[in-house]
This record gives sequence, C-alpha cells and structure tokens, in this order.
Amino acid sequence: MTMTWIQEIRHIVGDEHVQTKQSSLLSYAYDATPNFNTKPEAVVAPASEQEIKEIVTVCANHQIPIVPRGSGTNLAAGTTPTQGGVVLLFHRMYRILELDEDNLTITVQPGVITGDICEAVEAKGLFYPPDPSSMKISTIGGNINENSGGLRGLKYGVTKDYVLGVNAVIANGDVIRAGGKNVKDVAGYDLTSLFVGSEGTLGIITKATLKLVPLPESKQTLLASFDSIERAAETVSQVIANKLTPATLEFIDRATIQAVEDYTHVGLPTDAEAVLLIEQDGPPSICEHDIQLIQGIAIEHGAITTQIAETEERAAELREARRSALSALAKRSPTTILEDATVPRSEIATMVKAIEAIALEHDVNIATFGHAGDGNLHPTCMTDLRDKDEWERVEAAFAAIFRKAIDLGGTITGEHGVGEMKSPYLAWKVGDEGIQLMNQIKLAFDPEHIMNPGKIFHRSGGEVDE
Amino acid sequence: MSEAITQAFQERISEDDLLNCMKCGFCLPACPTYVETQDEVHSPRGRISLMMAVRDGEIDDVHEVEESLNVCLGCRACEPACPAGVNYGEMLEEARAIFYEHKDVPLQEKALRKTTLNMLFTDQEKMGKATSLLRFYQRSGLQKTARKLKVMNFFPDHMQQMERVLPDVPKRAKQHREVTFPSETDQTKATAAMFKGCLMDTLFHETNQSTITLLNRAGCDVVVPDTQGCCGALHGHSGKKAGAKELAKQNIQAFEQADVDYIITNAGGCGAFLHDYDHLLENDAEWAERAKAFTDKIVDFSTVLMDLDFPNEAALNIDQQIITYQDSCHLRNVLGVADAPRQLIQAIEGAHYIEMPHADQCCGSAGIYNLTQPEMSMQILDHKMENVDTTRATTIVTTNPGCLLQMKLGIERTEQTDTMRAVHLADLLLEALSTEDLNSD
Ligand SMILES: Cc1cc2nc3c(=O)[nH]c(=O)nc-3n(C[C@H](O)[C@H](O)[C@H](O)COP(=O)(O)OP(=O)(O)OC[C@H]3O[C@@H](n4cnc5c(N)ncnc54)[C@H](O)[C@@H]3O)c2cc1C
Ligand code: SF4
Ligand code: SF4
Repeated sequence: MTMTWIQEIRHIVGDEHVQTKQSSLLSYAYDATPNFNTKPEAVVAPASEQEIKEIVTVCANHQIPIVPRGSGTNLAAGTTPTQGGVVLLFHRMYRILELDEDNLTITVQPGVITGDICEAVEAKGLFYPPDPSSMKISTIGGNINENSGGLRGLKYGVTKDYVLGVNAVIANGDVIRAGGKNVKDVAGYDLTSLFVGSEGTLGIITKATLKLVPLPESKQTLLASFDSIERAAETVSQVIANKLTPATLEFIDRATIQAVEDYTHVGLPTDAEAVLLIEQDGPPSICEHDIQLIQGIAIEHGAITTQIAETEERAAELREARRSALSALAKRSPTTILEDATVPRSEIATMVKAIEAIALEHDVNIATFGHAGDGNLHPTCMTDLRDKDEWERVEAAFAAIFRKAIDLGGTITGEHGVGEMKSPYLAWKVGDEGIQLMNQIKLAFDPEHIMNPGKIFHRSGGEVDE
Repeated sequence: MSEAITQAFQERISEDDLLNCMKCGFCLPACPTYVETQDEVHSPRGRISLMMAVRDGEIDDVHEVEESLNVCLGCRACEPACPAGVNYGEMLEEARAIFYEHKDVPLQEKALRKTTLNMLFTDQEKMGKATSLLRFYQRSGLQKTARKLKVMNFFPDHMQQMERVLPDVPKRAKQHREVTFPSETDQTKATAAMFKGCLMDTLFHETNQSTITLLNRAGCDVVVPDTQGCCGALHGHSGKKAGAKELAKQNIQAFEQADVDYIITNAGGCGAFLHDYDHLLENDAEWAERAKAFTDKIVDFSTVLMDLDFPNEAALNIDQQIITYQDSCHLRNVLGVADAPRQLIQAIEGAHYIEMPHADQCCGSAGIYNLTQPEMSMQILDHKMENVDTTRATTIVTTNPGCLLQMKLGIERTEQTDTMRAVHLADLLLEALSTEDLNSD
C-alpha cells in the first residue's frame, strides 16, 4: 500500500495526532498569504524532539515533503504545502523550559506563542524586545524561521539578535545542537545564525535559547504630522544624526492616515501627507529629555503638529492607531496584500514617492506605512484576487517596487521572508552566485529536498522575466 | 445532497464575505474552541475556509464541515478580534440554516430541539405550562424522590448536574400582563419597554422584577408589552430561520405600540438577537424599516443604568465580598457592552471587584450548546472555573440566563456550592440596594 508512511507516522505519534480527513487538510491548506492554498496529505502534531526525529526519518525514507507550521501567520506563502506531504504542528511543544535570571536567557519549545514569552519575562522585570505585530498569535518557531522584526527594531534589533542557540532536526534525522547560553561562542561556523531565517528549509527547530535584557523603566510617545513626505523623512534622518535612537520610529502615509482615522477616530490629522509615531524608552529623565529633543527636531523640520502623549492611555491610543494600520486598510477591500520592501533609511522619501508613482502607473491602490527607523516599509495593496486583470497589474506593480528597492540599495523583504511568494525575486537581491551558494548549503542539510520544498528557491531555479 | 448544499451556499453565502477573511489568524486566541483544541478545523478562519470549500464543491463529505460548525459556540468573539471586519456570525447562521434545511437531524437531538424550541420557546403560554410542570416537579417532592431513587443517574453527568442547578420556578400567578411601572424619581428621565425573554420570564422571573425596580429607581418608566414573544435566538442559532423571522415580526409589532426611548433586555443572548432583527429582515420590504427602528432602541439594562447615572442616584451596599464578572458573549461581542456591568459592580460599597483572566471568553453555555456538545462545553467550563478560582471570588456575576445556569453548573461541578454563588447582575444590584435605599425617599 502506498499509504504506509502515514501508518508509520501514526505509530510514532498516536492516531489522534495524525489528521487526514478532508476537512483537516483544508484547514491547513493556507497561511496569511492569498492565492497559494494547497492541501497537505496529513497533518501531524508531535510531542517531542524524539518523535520529530522519527517522523523525519520516515519522511526521508519515502521522500515525503515536511512543512513545519507554527501559527500560519506568515505573509510569504511559507507554510502552504504546495508539494503536498506532511504539515508538522508544534502546539504540543508549547512549554517554556527555563527562565534563567542569572544568565538572562529563556529556553523554550518551538510552539510557544511569542507574546507569552514577553509576558513571562516581563513579570520578572526582564524584556524580550522583538515584537512583530502578530506576536499574540505567532510562535517563536515561526519568528525564528522568518527572523521576524517589529516596532522596536531600530533600537533593539530583530529576532536574530536574540537567538543564542537552537536544537534542530535535519533531514537525515540528526539533531544539531547549535549555540547555547554563551553570549560569546566562536566554536566553528555559526550554525545558530544559519537556522535563523531559514524558513523551515534547513531543519526543524525543536528548542531555542533566547537572550533577554532588563525591562526599560518608562516610555514616552510623540506624534508628529507633516505636509510632505520629505519633511518627515528629513526629521527621521536628523533624529538619527543627532545620535538619538528611539525605540520606535513609525511612518504612516496619507492614504493610511485616512483609513486609520476613519476606523479608530483617535484624531489623526487627515490633511497631513505623513505622520511619524516616535517612542523612547529608558529611565524617566533620559526618556523625557530625548522625546523633547525629538519634538524640537520635528518642529524645526516643518512638522505641522506635534503632540507628546500626556497619559499612558493617550500613548496607548496612538500606538494602537499605528498597529491598526493593516486592519483599517484590510477592511477596505476583499484582498489585502502586505509587502515589506526595505531600503536604507536615507532613501525612505524616495522609496515612498516611487511606490506612489508605481501604483499610479499600474492603476492599483497602494497605501504605505512602516518602520521608518529601519527603512522597512509596508506598501499595502487593496485589491480583489478575483479580478484577474487587476491581479496581473498588482503583481507587476510589486515587481516594480522590489526592483526599485534593490536599485536604492534595499531588499525585497525586510522581515516577512521569501517563502514561495517572493522566491522568483530572490536572485534580484542575492544574484545567481548567491542563489547557487545557498543551494549548496541547502543540499548539505537536505539533499533530498524534503524540508519545506519550493520555499525560498524558485522552482525553475532561475530569475523571473522582466 | 452535497450538491444541493453547495448550491445553497453559492446562493446564500456571499463569496465577498468569505474572501474578506485574509487568514491572518488574529482571531485564533479569541476563539474558545480553537484555544481548547489547537485545531484549525475549530478556528474561525478554518471554518471560513471550510465554508468556502463547500461553496466551491471542494469537499466530498459536507458533513465534516457541518460538524465543525456544530462545535462552534456562536459566541462571535472572533468578530471584534478580526482586523478585516469579517461577518462571521451572519455566515455561520446562514450555513447552519442551510444544513438544517437539508438534513435529518439525529433523532435524539431532534427531539431535544423540538421540545425546547417549538414547545417551549415559541409560545410563552406553553413555556409557562412547561415551567409549571417543572415547578410541580420541584415542589411536589417528586424531585426529592427522583434524586433519592437516583433516576438521574441514567442521564450523563452534566445533565444530572444541570438538573440540580435549575432554579425554583415561581408561581404562574406572578407572571405579569401588560403593566406600567412608574419611575421612582421626582422626574421621569426616560421611558422604556421591557423585553421579558422566555427563560427570563419563567425560570428567572425574579430577575426581571429586579431589573424593573432598578430602572424605576434610576428614573425610568417601564412598560411591559404583553403581546411580545420569544426573541427567536434559539431558532436562529440552530438553523430555523423562518421561525425566527415570524417571532421577530411579532415582537416588532408589540413594541411599536409602546412608543418608548429604550427597549430593554437583561439577557445578552436575546439582546444580541433582537439587535440583529434589521439584518434578519433586511430583504423583507414591508418590515426592513420597522426592524431598523426597533433595533435602534435595543439596549441592555446596564447601559441604561449607567446613562441615567444610577450609581450616584442610589446608595449601593453589600456585605464585604470578592466579586468577579463573566461576560455574556453576545452582550460583549454583538452589543459591545463590556464596561457598564463592571462599573455597576464596582459602584457597590463592600464589593471587591477582581477581573478573572479571560472573562471575555465564552463559558461554554452558548444557547443549547451545553446540551448538544456536552464534551466541549464541559471542557470549556472547567477551564473557566480555574480562572474563577484565581480571583478567590465568592460571587460570580453574569448578564445572561444561559451563562448564569452554566456558572451555577460550574460551581456544582467543582463542589463549591457552599462557598460560591452565581447571580444575575440585576439581582446583585437589587440586593445592594434593598438594605438601605429602597424606601428611603
Ligand atoms: C497581521 C499580520 C501582521 C504581521 N506583522 C509582522 C511584523 O510586524 N513583523 C514581522 O516580522 N512579521 C509580521 N507578520 C508575519 C508573521 O506573523 C511572522 O512571519 C511570524 O514570525 C510567523 O510566525 P508563525 O508562528 O505564524 O509561523 P508560520 O507562519 O507558521 O511559519 C513561518 C515559517 O517558519 C517555519 N517554521 C515554523 N515553525 C518552525 C519550526 N519549529 N521549525 C522549523 N521551521 C518552522 C515555517 O515552515 C515557515 O517557513 C505579520 C503577519 C500578519 C498576518
Ligand atoms: S481575524 Fe478575521 S481575517 Fe483574520 S483569519 Fe480571523 S476571520 Fe479571517
Ligand atoms: S463564534 Fe466563537 S467559537 Fe465560533 S468561531 Fe467565532 S470565536 Fe470561535
């Protein structure tokens, strides 16, 4: 019988943890990316590293693709089982294994929800800074494999800056123990870093040790609005040039301001071309000093309005307004595509202008918001995937946006990953040589291509036509 | 069969609404059945993709989808959590209606639904009779005998516990006819018509009286129209839409005559369903506008009490105790009422309010869900009671009869009947009022 591999897996994890009903397969056919839905052949929920080892061995023997899936919130078609096989879940590996207050580390299983990690460490006066907007839903395994970023990236960095060590099961069934609790560790190649951002294509993360820092004492929030994108961008540059590093430096364009204000009514200036939301954290005196300096810089560079939140409630409202950007835009159309083309900070104004021009040229509807502090923009397209003609124009517009980002010294994705969706564009960024080297690395870990096949690497292997 | 269902999905569930779900997963932590199972088959986006699969004819056995929808509590916690504004509740109701129309309900469940729905809920007269029977059973000593003989042992555990928590049924005579209860303040501040609700009017008759007294005390005239019927929620939620529409029309008519500022409910479940009448009748030319006028007036009594500044109007006192609040899903997620009940409890002197973790999550009662999906319902309830216990509360307050019964059941299951009680907000407020204030001015 051809189905024996499923029976073998049932034997490993128990019947109740293997789903093959059509309804189950349909429920794991998607992630947060439109248009890549494909059913897997089985959905499997292992409880331990040992079980994963055994599952991988069975899959390797039968050449069955394995698609690791955290909460399926990625935006790059990273968990859609487009070549069938097994969707591997981690909800039974949801434990925080150790919070080490002496070494300032936390060791967790891959299925822990990121927000739960933050809560657990903050209760001890510690801080895990990477905060993707999806942190209340996404798993740490997903964050590590996408190298997710967040609002605090400018000052605190992204996920990769906090992963000290991982355990991973690779395609031959070996368990690799990379890194550990040591802040300094140069024993051989940095395999930990290789696994971070590997999108499930190199191995399955079964455990991770993360770095923690002390929790900042206080926070200040400033909102500044501008009548031109250039002025907002100039303010960003000057803040950085003045050696101030705000915890958060977020940008919202006019279309997004409109949508957010309609949705939240927090009183955003709808006549502005751009709004910056800036936060500083740290000891109260420094916080206050920094935020006033930043306010001064904003006013100097032509801000039409500036407002420092007087109360925590107001600050929360403003923060919420920024966080609801995607929601507010999503309500406006059947299909919403959130991209994350990224450019060096100095090129933000140029890039935002270019996005506007590209949208106009392709006759599509794009609003832009994002992390101005690190140049990570989120051009967001409101469309309808049933409209084939428009869909083609949307794809063309995004290709043009990626191309422009690269021309400006940027990249096709700052934090969402390549997945299957952006695999055609990877060569634009890393070149054919880059792809070839990555391919060789991939082969060293996974010679039979069973680990999340079709992701990162474009199927035809080559570049897309322009 | 499957084809007919697929066709009905195509005709009645809009592709736009289904596509509006971008599968972002933001609803996952809000959904009690996903939290319990960690299975996307039981998540909002999973259910939406399954409805889509039925619509597209991509699933052979549509009953797998029906099963997923049956396990859904219909609590609609996924709606406020959803960035894209997906109308989950509407799609769910339509899908359930389609399945109901196309399928033989299992015999046992059919019997259950038939008695609870047709016999009891459509007709308050019958509801009265049935509860009279229950009353007879309780008062006659039959209940004691039955308990002694352990007749209930033949029923599943939770049914037995359920039987123990049913409140005593008040005498028939107490049930009111069209009456007006005048405001007790110098000036009438507002006028209201009270929606009685079938469960509230029978099993929880006292609570309706409390509600009226509180409103009077807050300066509100309250009239109770006598031609009103059941809200139709239990029909709508279990897929019998036609019956629900008939009830809606009857109620709209009954309340149109009252000509008041507010139409008051004290049962979150009914309130939410009444609030959706405009949607229920949107395609009915004759009724659409009348339904809209009706739904615009629907409010929960707690909102009105806060609007009329009741906490400052009355002195509220109670013996020192820790109190926690369990949201009624529909009150919170559909009517958007979350603060008013909490503010009212906190206004009582002697009440130490402690919020329980996940107070906003469904208790697992969900209409007749605790009868049709006992396992999931009890699993959710047991987790709920763990959350209650963290507060050390001795009083659990709710704003919906189903939740009230379910919380009583939780207290019974955890064997805490001696130290813990569950009460409706209106009864708690009346208790706080009656010690000093009732006849003071
Ligand atoms: C509304 C919304 C907002 C978002 N905001 C942000 C944001 O601010 N910043 C940001 O960076 N991202 C954001 N994202 C994208 C997404 O949430 C992140 O990529 C997140 O890290 C994915 O986590 P997940 O648990 O859902 O992983 P999944 O989507 O399930 O998986 C992501 C990748 O990790 C792999 N994977 C998962 N677990 C394992 C494991 N144990 N071992 C090996 N591989 C594994 C998968 O194969 C896949 O390639 C957002 C998404 C949405 C829908
Ligand atoms: S939150 Fe809304 S859009 Fe997102 S998956 Fe859930 S139902 Fe769909
Ligand atoms: S109605 Fe409640 S149980 Fe049903 S999908 Fe929504 S949140 Fe989950």
